[in-house]
Amino acid sequence: MTTQTKELISPVTQPTKRKSYWLEVAIVVGLALIVLLIIPPVLNSMGLGFRVNMLGRFMALAIVALGIDLIWGYTGLLSLGHGIFFALGGYAFAMYLELQLPDDQIPAFFGLYGVTDLPWLWRPFYSLPFTLGAIVLVPSIVAAVLGYLVFRNRIRGVYFAILTQAALIVFFNFFNGQQQLINGTNGLKTDTARIFGEFVSSPQIQSLFYSLTAVFLVLGYVLCRWLTSGRFGRLLVAIRDDESRVRFSGYDPTGFKVMVFAVSAGLAGIAGALYTVQSGIVSPRTMDIAFSIEMVIWVAVGGRATLIGAILGALLVNFAKSFLSEQFPDIWLFFQGALFLVVVTVLPGGIVGWIREDAREQLRQLFRIRPQIATYPSLEEDLDIRHEQQHISHQESDG
Amino acid sequence: MDALLEAFFNGISIGAVLLLAALGLAIVFGLMGVINMAHGEFMMLGAYTTSVVQNTFKPLGEPLSGLYIFFALIAAFIVTALLGVVLERGVIRFLYGRPLETLLATWGVSLILQQFVRSISWVMVLNIGLFCFLFFGAQAILSRRPNFERIRGWFVIIMIPLSAAIALIVGNITGSIFQLAVTRPWFGAQNVNVAAPIWLRGRLPLGGYQLPYARLFIIVLTIVCVIGIYWFLNKSAWGLRIRSVTQNRSMSACLGIPTQTVDMLTFAIGSGLAGIAGCAVALLGPVGPNTGQNFIVDTFMVVVVGGVGKLVGSIVAAMTIGMANYIIGSYALKPIVGGIPALDNFFNFFSDPSMAKVLVFILIVTFLQFKPAGMFPQKGRTVDA
Amino acid sequence: MSNNILAIKNLTVSFDGFKALNNLNFTLETGELRVIIGPNGAGKTTFLDIITGKVKPTQGQVRFKGRNLRSFSEHQISRMGIGRKFQTPRVYLKLTPRENLELSCNRNKGVFSTFLGNPDPSERRTIAGLLETVGLTVKADIAAGLLSHGEKQRLEIGMLVAQSPDLLLVDEPVAGLTDEETENVGNLLLALAADHSIIVIEHDMEFVRQIARQVTVLHQGSVLCEGTMDEVQNDPKVIEVYLGQPEEQAA
Repeated sequence: MTTQTKELISPVTQPTKRKSYWLEVAIVVGLALIVLLIIPPVLNSMGLGFRVNMLGRFMALAIVALGIDLIWGYTGLLSLGHGIFFALGGYAFAMYLELQLPDDQIPAFFGLYGVTDLPWLWRPFYSLPFTLGAIVLVPSIVAAVLGYLVFRNRIRGVYFAILTQAALIVFFNFFNGQQQLINGTNGLKTDTARIFGEFVSSPQIQSLFYSLTAVFLVLGYVLCRWLTSGRFGRLLVAIRDDESRVRFSGYDPTGFKVMVFAVSAGLAGIAGALYTVQSGIVSPRTMDIAFSIEMVIWVAVGGRATLIGAILGALLVNFAKSFLSEQFPDIWLFFQGALFLVVVTVLPGGIVGWIREDAREQLRQLFRIRPQIATYPSLEEDLDIRHEQQHISHQESDG
Repeated sequence: MDALLEAFFNGISIGAVLLLAALGLAIVFGLMGVINMAHGEFMMLGAYTTSVVQNTFKPLGEPLSGLYIFFALIAAFIVTALLGVVLERGVIRFLYGRPLETLLATWGVSLILQQFVRSISWVMVLNIGLFCFLFFGAQAILSRRPNFERIRGWFVIIMIPLSAAIALIVGNITGSIFQLAVTRPWFGAQNVNVAAPIWLRGRLPLGGYQLPYARLFIIVLTIVCVIGIYWFLNKSAWGLRIRSVTQNRSMSACLGIPTQTVDMLTFAIGSGLAGIAGCAVALLGPVGPNTGQNFIVDTFMVVVVGGVGKLVGSIVAAMTIGMANYIIGSYALKPIVGGIPALDNFFNFFSDPSMAKVLVFILIVTFLQFKPAGMFPQKGRTVDA
Repeated sequence: MSNNILAIKNLTVSFDGFKALNNLNFTLETGELRVIIGPNGAGKTTFLDIITGKVKPTQGQVRFKGRNLRSFSEHQISRMGIGRKFQTPRVYLKLTPRENLELSCNRNKGVFSTFLGNPDPSERRTIAGLLETVGLTVKADIAAGLLSHGEKQRLEIGMLVAQSPDLLLVDEPVAGLTDEETENVGNLLLALAADHSIIVIEHDMEFVRQIARQVTVLHQGSVLCEGTMDEVQNDPKVIEVYLGQPEEQAA
C-alpha cells in the first residue's frame, strides 16, 4: 500500500514553480562549470588524468541514460536494444575519423580483406556535416522505423522489450559478419586517426571531447527537461499509465511513442559518438546484450522518471563497475546481478526516488522518531476546513 | 533430393532443440506472464548437471555408464526445478503484475548464475552455507521475540554484514589451510565437455543422408516432453488448477485452489524443462557459462511468433524458425533459386548462420505486421486492451 | 436520417462463435439522452466498444453523423466527437486532475503540436471552470491516484466534457457513489444533455428514473424493447428477463 501511494506522488506531477526553476538552472550551470573547469585540472595535477577520460566516457553514457529514462521512466517502454543506436552513432563518427587520410588512401583494414575501392556506404562520411547529421539521424530513423512497425500493431510491454533485444542481436550479427564493409569483430579504431591536424588520442583533442561531452550532457538534460515538463511529457506519463485511455481521449499513442523512441535513439547516437572518440574504438561489442540491459539499470539505480536520477545512476554504477572490476574482477558480476535484484525489489524508485519519498520516513522509523503527519490540501489551505472555522466563529459571535 | 532431405532433418532437429528450450519459457510466460531471463542459465545448469552425472557414472565402465543420460535428465530436471522454486519464492512472487521488473530481476539472477558456475568451489559452498546458517539461524531465534517486527530493520542492517564477514573470514582461513584442494573452482571459466554415450554416437542412414543418433534422441525427447506437458496441463488435476489460476486468479483462490503452490509448481516445471533442454544441448557440443545467452533471443522469438497460451503455437513456431534458420543459413535453396542471379546474390548474402538470423528477424517482424499476437492468439473479450 | 447522430444497422459481433451482439438495430437522435439497461452479459459494454472502435463489427454497420465508423481507429473516432467514460474510472493516476483535464481539453492532438504547445489562457480558464464544476478545485494539484473513487468518477466525467464531444457514452457513472454524489452526477448529466447527445448505461434504477427520458433494454445482444421508463417497466418481456417478477417488484 505504501509503495502504491509513494509511486503516485511522482515528481512529474509537481507543478514547477518559478523559484525552483531558477534554482535548478543555477545548479545545472554550477555543476557544468565544476565538471568543465575544476575537475580536469585537479585530477590532472594529482596524476589521475585517466580518471578524467573515464569521467568523460561516463558522462557520455549518462546521455544514453537520459534517453532510456525518457522512454522507460516516463513512457514505460523498456528498450533492451539501445546498444544499436549507441553503436550506430559510434560507427558513424568512427567512419569519418578513419577517412581522415591523405588522398587516394583507404583505411588500412580494407587491405586485410582485399578491398581496394572504398565501399559506397563510406563515401558520404568524407563530409563532416553529413557525419554530424548521421550521428543523430541514422539512429533516430532506425528507431523510428522499428518503433513504427512494432507500435503500429500495439505490440508493447515485454513483447517490445524482447523484440528490441532481438533487433540488437540482429545488428550485432550484421556488424560482426560484415568484415569487408566495417571490419567485423575488430571494429573501427579512432585513436590513430587525425582530426584538426592532431591525433584523436592526443591530450588536447581528448580534453576538447571531454568538454564537448559535458556540454552535450547539459544540452541533453535541458532537452529532456523541456520535453517532460510540458504537455508532451504529461502525455508520455499518460501513455505509461493507461495507453488505451489515451486513445479514447483522441490521441494516437503510436506517433508519440515513435517520436520519443526516436529522440531517445538520437541521444544514444550522440553518446555513442562521444564515447567512441574517448575510448578509442567502436566494435560490435557495444551491442552486447548485457551492455544494453546495463543501460536500463543505470536509470533504475538513479531513479526512473527523474532525469537527474538517470545521470546520477549512470555515473555511480559505472564508477562502481570500474572500481570493482579493477579490484575484484570475480565479484563484479555478482555485484551487478545483486544490483538488478535489489533495485527492482527493494528500491523501485531508485536513489532519487528514495531520497524524495521514503528516506526521511524510513530513517525516522529506524530511530523511532514520531512521523510527521501532513494533509493535502494542508489544513490552513483547505477550503472546507476554513469554511467550517468561519462557521464556528460565526456561531460563537452569534452566541 | 538428398540435400533437401538433409535440410529438412537438420531444420527439424534445430527446431526440436529450440522447442525444448522454449517450452519451459512459453509455459511460464503463458501461464504466469513472467519472462524469465535466467531461463538460458537454467539450461546451462542442466548441462553442467549432465556433466557431473556423467563423471559420476564413468567408473562404472561401459555399457552401464552409457545409461548416465537417463539419470542426467532426471537430475537436471530436479536441480533446475528446485532452483526455479527458490527463484519464484525468493524473488518473482514479489513482482507479479510487473513483467518488466521481473525481466530485469531475472536478468540479474542470470548474471549471478553465470559467475556462480565460473567461481564455485568448496570454499564458496562453505561461505554460502555458513552465511545462510548464521543469518537464517539468527532470524529463527530472534523472530520468537515479540518485538521482532520493530527491530527487523536493525536486524537486517546488522546481521547481513556480520554473517557475511564471519563467513568470508572462515572461508579465507579454510582456503589458506587446505589451499587448492578447496579453492580450486569446480568448473572454472572454460567449457565443459559432455560426451554422448556410445550408443548415441552412430548415425542413422536415411537415403544418402545420415542422421546422427544424438539428434534423433533429442527429437524423440522433445516429442516426449511435449506430450508429457500436454497431458499434465490438460488431463491431470494440477494441470486443471494451473489453467484455472491462469484464467482467474482471485476466483480460483476463492474456490480453495492454493494459488501460491500453483505458481510455484508452474515455475518449477518451466525451469525443470530448461534443465532437460540443457541436458539435450550438452549432447550437441561443449557448454560454458555463456551457453545460456545464445538461446535467450531465439527462444523468445518462438514465444512471440507462436502466441501465448497454446502449446501448438510454440511447436509450429519453433519448427518454422528452426527450419528457416537452417534453410537460409545453409542456402539449401540453391538448387531451386540458384539459377536466378538476383535471388542467388540475395541468398548468398545471408548464407551463414548469423546472417540467417538477420533475415529471420526481418521475416518475423514482417509476420507480426499481419499477426501481432502470434500464430495462435487468444481471442475473446479481454479485460484490458 | 439527418437528424440521427448515431445509427446502427443489423449489427452482429461474435467472439469465437459467441455472439455478444446479435443483429442489433439502434438509432439516437441528435440531442437525445438515452439510457440503456439490461442484465449482465446483455452486451452493453460491447455495444460501447463497438461505437468507440475498440471492437470491430463482425457484420452490420455503425454510422456516426452519417459516416461509417468501421475503417476508423479509436483516436480518430474520438476526434470525430465521441467521448467515453469507462465502467471503472480510468484517469491517469500519476497526473494531477488539472493535467488530466488539460490532456483531454487539448484541441490539437497531433504529435508535433503537442510537442510545442502549452495550454493557452482560454484553455486554462475552461479547465479551472471544469475543476469547479466537478468539485476538485482544492485537489487540483495532487496525483489523481490519491483521489477517492467518487472523485475519480467525477474527474473522468470532467475529462469527458473537456473533450467537448457531440456524443457522450457514459458507462455506469454512479457505480460506487453515495446517494448525494449520485444525485449530483445525475444533475450534471441532465445539464449536459441540454447541448449534447448522451448514451448512459446504468444498473441503478433509482438513478435511471432520475435522468431517463427514453430507455432501451438490451437482452442477449439485441434490443428487447424501447420506450419511456414507465412503458419499459410495464413491458412483460422486460419484467421477465430483467426486473424480476412483479410481486418482487412490489415488495
